[in-house]
Amino acid sequence: MKLYLRYMSILFKSQMEYRTSFILLSIGQFFVPFLTFVSIFLFFQRFSNIRGWSLYEVALCYSVTHMAFSISECFARGFDSFSSTIITGNFDRILVRPRTTILQVLGSKFEFTRIGRLTQSIIVLIYALNNISVVWDIYKIITLILMVISGILIFTGIYMLGATLCFWTIEGLEVVNIFTDGGREMTQYPLSIYKEWAKKFFTFVIPFGTVNYLPLMFILDKVNGNKLIYMLTPLSGMLFIIPCVLIWSFGVKHYKSTGS
Amino acid sequence: MIEVEHLSKSFKVKKRDAGVGAALKSLINPQYTTVEALHDISFNIDEGEIVGYIGPNGAGKSTTIKIISGILVPDSGKCNILGHTPWKSRVNHVKNIGVVFGQRSQLWWDVPVMDSYNLLKDIYKITHKDFRNTLELLTDTLDLSTLLSMPVRQLSLGQRMRCEIAASLLHNPKILFLDEPTIGLDAVSKIAVRNFIKTINKEKKVTVILTTHDMNDIETLAERIILIGKGKILLDGTLTELKNRFATHKTVTVDFAENNAPISIEGTTILSRSDERISLSVALDKIKVSEVISRLSKQFEIIDVTVNSRPIEEIIVDLYKEYQI
Repeated sequence: MKLYLRYMSILFKSQMEYRTSFILLSIGQFFVPFLTFVSIFLFFQRFSNIRGWSLYEVALCYSVTHMAFSISECFARGFDSFSSTIITGNFDRILVRPRTTILQVLGSKFEFTRIGRLTQSIIVLIYALNNISVVWDIYKIITLILMVISGILIFTGIYMLGATLCFWTIEGLEVVNIFTDGGREMTQYPLSIYKEWAKKFFTFVIPFGTVNYLPLMFILDKVNGNKLIYMLTPLSGMLFIIPCVLIWSFGVKHYKSTGS
Repeated sequence: MIEVEHLSKSFKVKKRDAGVGAALKSLINPQYTTVEALHDISFNIDEGEIVGYIGPNGAGKSTTIKIISGILVPDSGKCNILGHTPWKSRVNHVKNIGVVFGQRSQLWWDVPVMDSYNLLKDIYKITHKDFRNTLELLTDTLDLSTLLSMPVRQLSLGQRMRCEIAASLLHNPKILFLDEPTIGLDAVSKIAVRNFIKTINKEKKVTVILTTHDMNDIETLAERIILIGKGKILLDGTLTELKNRFATHKTVTVDFAENNAPISIEGTTILSRSDERISLSVALDKIKVSEVISRLSKQFEIIDVTVNSRPIEEIIVDLYKEYQI
């Protein structure tokens, strides 16, 4: 962990060498998703709800997804841009250092400009919390925090899967964006507005549903039946990272036997 | 210290002809050919040796280095380095080794060199005291003191290479792999790097394995060379052995007071001749160099004599030819 912070500080210093670019990119990262939110806002000006979800409820859903996305993009960027690590041969360097590959890849890159997107999602979160009619208690707050953490892990897991693909091919990796960017765009709305197959896919295959839609039902008191299950669904989302780690180490083994 | 036995490694390479059609075809039905990168490689290296690992491009040098540094897993064979099998206990093994890839940097580009060193200190879990001692020694011998506060991107190639080598020695490795450490360096930096490698080898007993295409590196550094071609070891011996085996001729050049008398000594061929100078190629199995000089001195008033062995570069070219690699 100390080493991870060291990595972070050295890369932060690097980024500060290009201060203007950092500030401009951060501002860009603030406004691009912000426009998405404006479009949601305008949408709700015409229609008062989508399938029973109000603007503030959707805003809450949106902010959780975007917070998780921006944090994971900042801290797991090393996996997201792993193909360049392979192309430049820097992965060999990682293998001759006495630390785990996962830690070193995580530490190889941080995308601090995502602070813009994070700020934006926090503002939307505050806006939603101020206007929503929910009675908050400690369980709901814990659930909300779990939702963000679990979301970060799921996004990170997808980045890892994408990075693992680099061990076989470095072409056509855009496919992974279907799950990250696509997943983000889908899950900024509650899953219940989608068709059945999409709901199932994002609950059981890539468990985005477990980090926002299902626990949101609990927070917004829309659950009939066992509340505990809904509250704890973010935990099952966290399990998603386990197979990703296993697949990653399988990929590393493959790399070591082919060297390509 | 380093024991390598019967190492073999082959790669599958996708076969593809040029052109869009072929690209599509290979996408649907990829054809593979197997390339044998290493075939039954065995050698032992003792503590404190400097070994030059040479061979033409694509001979398998890098593959060998990658296997013994724990990056690649071989198809078969054994390898024991300080009690570890590199590909089985990677983390424990790499603590003992330092690796310099001449063409790639291991330093962080935008920050001062010292920041990179501090990070390496944490990566290798070097204690504060050890780190300070080692760094002091490296700073002195490599003359780094003015470089440590500069960002890597502002260093010249020679300065950067010195910093790279220091970076791979911070954790006091017992073995150092140098993959083309002098590539692209100017004469001054080359000599600095060579001297440094000699110094750490002598003083710290660091075992060095060096791949290079620069025969001067080999001549000044390596006592022993391993020549590899097409994945096989062709020759493993000292530099002197190699020279004796292939240096069958010497060149004798003599300057003398003007004289144009004809000359013919058995066992020599005239390479060039003017009124004041003659160059002879001497076949060592037929006549001794001293004999040639004394014969010449009877005939001419000698001003200066130089005797040259064949340059190692030429010997290597001959070797490559002999083994058809």
